[in-house]
Amino acid sequence: MSSAFSAINTVQRPPHASVSQENPSVSPLRSSLPFLGSNHKLRPNSLHKNGASIRRQSSIVAVSDVVKEKKTKSSSSLPNLLITKQEGLVLYEDMILGRAFEDMCAQMYYRGKMFGFVHLYNGQEAVSTGFIKQLKKEDCVVSTYRDHVHALSKGVPARAVMSELFGKTTGCCRGQGGSMHMFSGEHNVLGGFAFIGEGIPVATGAAFTSKYKREVLKEADCDHVTMAFFGDGTANNGQFFECLNMAALWKLPIIFVVENNMWAIGMSHLRATSDPQIYKKGPAFGMPGVHVDGMDVLKVREVAQEAVARARRGDGPTLVECETYRFRGHSLADPDELRDPAEKAHYATRDPITALKKYMIENNLVEEAELKAIEKKIDEVVEEAVEFAEASPVPVRSQLLENVFADPKGFGIAPDGRYRCEDPKFTEGTAHV
Amino acid sequence: MWGIIRQKVGTGGISAPSMERIRPAVSAWRCYSSSGKEMTVRDALNSALDEEMSADPKVYVMGEEVGEYQGAYKITKGLLDKYGPERVVDTPITEAGFAGIGVGSAYYGLRPVIEFMTFNFSMQAIDHIINSAAKSNYMSAGQINVPIVFRGPNGAAAGVGAQHSQCFAAWYASCPGLKVLAPYSSEDARGLLKAAIRDPDPVVFLENELLYGESFPVSAEVLDSSFCLPIGKAKIEREGKDVTITAFSKMVGYALKVINLRSIRPLDRATINASVRKTNRLVTVEEGFAQHGVGAEICTSVIEDSFGYLDAPVERISGADVPTPYAANLERMAFPQIEDIVRAAQRACFRSVPMAAAA
Repeated sequence: MSSAFSAINTVQRPPHASVSQENPSVSPLRSSLPFLGSNHKLRPNSLHKNGASIRRQSSIVAVSDVVKEKKTKSSSSLPNLLITKQEGLVLYEDMILGRAFEDMCAQMYYRGKMFGFVHLYNGQEAVSTGFIKQLKKEDCVVSTYRDHVHALSKGVPARAVMSELFGKTTGCCRGQGGSMHMFSGEHNVLGGFAFIGEGIPVATGAAFTSKYKREVLKEADCDHVTMAFFGDGTANNGQFFECLNMAALWKLPIIFVVENNMWAIGMSHLRATSDPQIYKKGPAFGMPGVHVDGMDVLKVREVAQEAVARARRGDGPTLVECETYRFRGHSLADPDELRDPAEKAHYATRDPITALKKYMIENNLVEEAELKAIEKKIDEVVEEAVEFAEASPVPVRSQLLENVFADPKGFGIAPDGRYRCEDPKFTEGTAHV
Repeated sequence: MWGIIRQKVGTGGISAPSMERIRPAVSAWRCYSSSGKEMTVRDALNSALDEEMSADPKVYVMGEEVGEYQGAYKITKGLLDKYGPERVVDTPITEAGFAGIGVGSAYYGLRPVIEFMTFNFSMQAIDHIINSAAKSNYMSAGQINVPIVFRGPNGAAAGVGAQHSQCFAAWYASCPGLKVLAPYSSEDARGLLKAAIRDPDPVVFLENELLYGESFPVSAEVLDSSFCLPIGKAKIEREGKDVTITAFSKMVGYALKVINLRSIRPLDRATINASVRKTNRLVTVEEGFAQHGVGAEICTSVIEDSFGYLDAPVERISGADVPTPYAANLERMAFPQIEDIVRAAQRACFRSVPMAAAA
C-alpha cells in the first residue's frame, strides 16, 4: 500500500502551495465567507468532490480517493477485496462491542449506576477499530476522556472496564480512575486523560522510550509504536504543536490520530480554527498529513497499516485526520442542542457498522446470520460485564490511602525488590540506604 | 553580592554575637573540616547524575541546554561527551512538551531526569507534573508508576526579577503523589539526588542557584557511589536547646542550630515534633511567601501534635508578600535575613516572660 503515502512523502512543500488546487470555498485564504461562524452548510467532506484534482502533485492526498481508485483499477471479475472474511469478522466484532458497550453505559448512567463524567464514543468506532487492531500488545495507546472503546479495542476486558465505571474494586484501576482514566499496564493503555492535549506529550514520551530502547538499550527488535488519539479541539492546543515538532525532529514512532468529529462540546471546529484542515499541520512540521474518511473502517485500516509500517521502519511520525462524528452528545450530561439535526441525520446514514455490514454481505464474505450471531455474542458479553460489575464489591476503606506512591516510605526499593524499610536490618540513619 | 552567610563554628547559644554576619570567606571553615575533602554543590549534583547514569542505562537527562551548552548552570557538564546525545537530550523550548515526554517515557519504562532551567519555567509544565506524573500511580491503582525526577534551581537568585525568583516548594508539596526534596549542602545534594533517581515515584528536586558554587566538606562515605539519603528524613544540623528552628535549602545556612528539612514532602514531622517537645519553641524559616507556605504547614503540624509542649506562639519567617523586586536593596528586604531569624528566636524565648515584668 505504498501508493497512499508516496505522494505524501515530500515534506518541504509549503502548505499554501496545495491550497490553490483545492476548493476555494473551503480554503480560508480565499474564502468568500467573511466569517467562518457556525455554518452548518460548510462541511469538510466537500473536499472529496475535488479529490480527483488533488492527486500526486500535492503533498497531501485525501487517502479515501486513492483507495477508491485502487478498487476501480482492479478487474471486476476478481474483486480485489480489502479484507478477508476473518479480518472482516474481527473488525465487525470489535465495532459491535464498542457500540453495545457504550449504549449499555448510557443505560446504566441513567439508572444511576455510573456517575460523574461519561463521554461516549458512538459513531466513531471505525477509528478505534481501524487503528488499534493494527497494534500488538506491546504497542501503546494514549487517549483522552473518550477512552472506553480505545481500551476495549486494545484488549482490556469489557468486565474490567464496566466495573471501573461502576467504581468497583474489580475495575481495571480498582475504581480509582473512573471513566476518564482508563489505564492498563498489561495492555499498554497509558490513559485516559481528562485534560485534552495532555495525552499527546505522554504518547510522544512512550514513542521516545521505544526509540531509546532500540538505540540506547540495544533491544534491536524493539519496534513498538504508540498511537495518540485526540479530537479536533485539541489540534489547536499548544502541546500538540510542541509534540508534532519534537516527534518529527527525533523521528519518533508515533501516530497522531485526530478524531475530527467537528465539535468540541458545543464549539464547532469551524468557529475555533483558523485553518480547519488539520492534516495540513503535519507537513508544516515535517511529517505526512493524511485525511481519511473516519466513518469507513476499511479506509481507516489502510491508512493505519501504512502509518504503523512507517513508524515501525523508523521513518517517523504521521498525522492522520479522521473525519468522523459522534452520534451522542459530548457527554451524557450534554443536552446537545447546538448541532443541526440534519447534520446528525446525514452522519447516521454513514454509520460505520452498517457500512461494514453492507460491504461484507455485498461481497459475499459472510452471511447475515453470522453477523447476527456475533451481535448476540457481544450482547451477552456486555450483559455479563454489567452483572459482574453489579456483583463486585465497592473498595474497602483502607484502599483510600493506597497506591499514592510506589514506594510510600521513601527509603527506596532494594535490589531484591522489597522496600528497604521492611528489611529487618534497616536503620533510619542518614547515610547508606 | 550577598552570598551564603556561613555559620561560625564553635560558638553556642543564640545570642546576637553568634549570629554575626560572617564574610563568605572559606578560611574559617577549612581549618575545622575533618576529612579535608570539599565539594561544591554543583560537583555533587554532577557526580550524582554521572554515577546514576552509568549504573542504570535507563536513566537519561532531558532539558534545555543540558547537552552542548553543558547545562545552563553547568550541572550536566561533561555528561554529553560521556553518554551521547541519546541520553543527554537537548530540547526545544517546550516545557509542557518535554515534561510530558518525560512522563510518557517513565510510564513506559525509562527513568528520566527532566531539568527545568528554573522552577519558574515549570509553570508551563505543571499540568504534567501534577496531573500526569503525580496522580498516575493512584489513578491506575499501582499499574503505572512514574520514576521521574524534575530538577532545577528554585527560589531567588540575585537581581533576576519577579518572574525568576519564586519559591515553589509549597506549591509542589501540597500535592499528594509527589515527593519534594530541597537539599542544602553537597552531601544533601548527592545523597538526595541519587535517592530521587532511584525512587520509583515522581520527585521534584528543588536546588538553589546561589548554592551551586558553595563548597562543603564531604566524608569518604558521601563520595561512595552507593551513597543515598532517605527521602522523608530531616537532618538536625546542630541540636539547639532553646528553640527549634526549621529551614530548607539556602536558609539552612542562616541559622546555627537548625533542622535541615531536606524533604518537604513527605515532611519529617516526627523529627520536628520531637525537637519541639524538647525546646518548647518553634521558628520556621523559608524564602517563599508566607501564605499557605511550608512554614504554615510546619506550624500547624506542631500545634496539632505538640500543643501542650509549646511555651511560646509558633512563628514563621518568610519572604515578603510581594513579587520580588529588582532593586538590590528592595530585594534584600524581600527575603529573610539573619537579623530576622535572630529577632524571631529572641521573641520566642522571651515571650513567656509575664507582662508584669515588662511593665
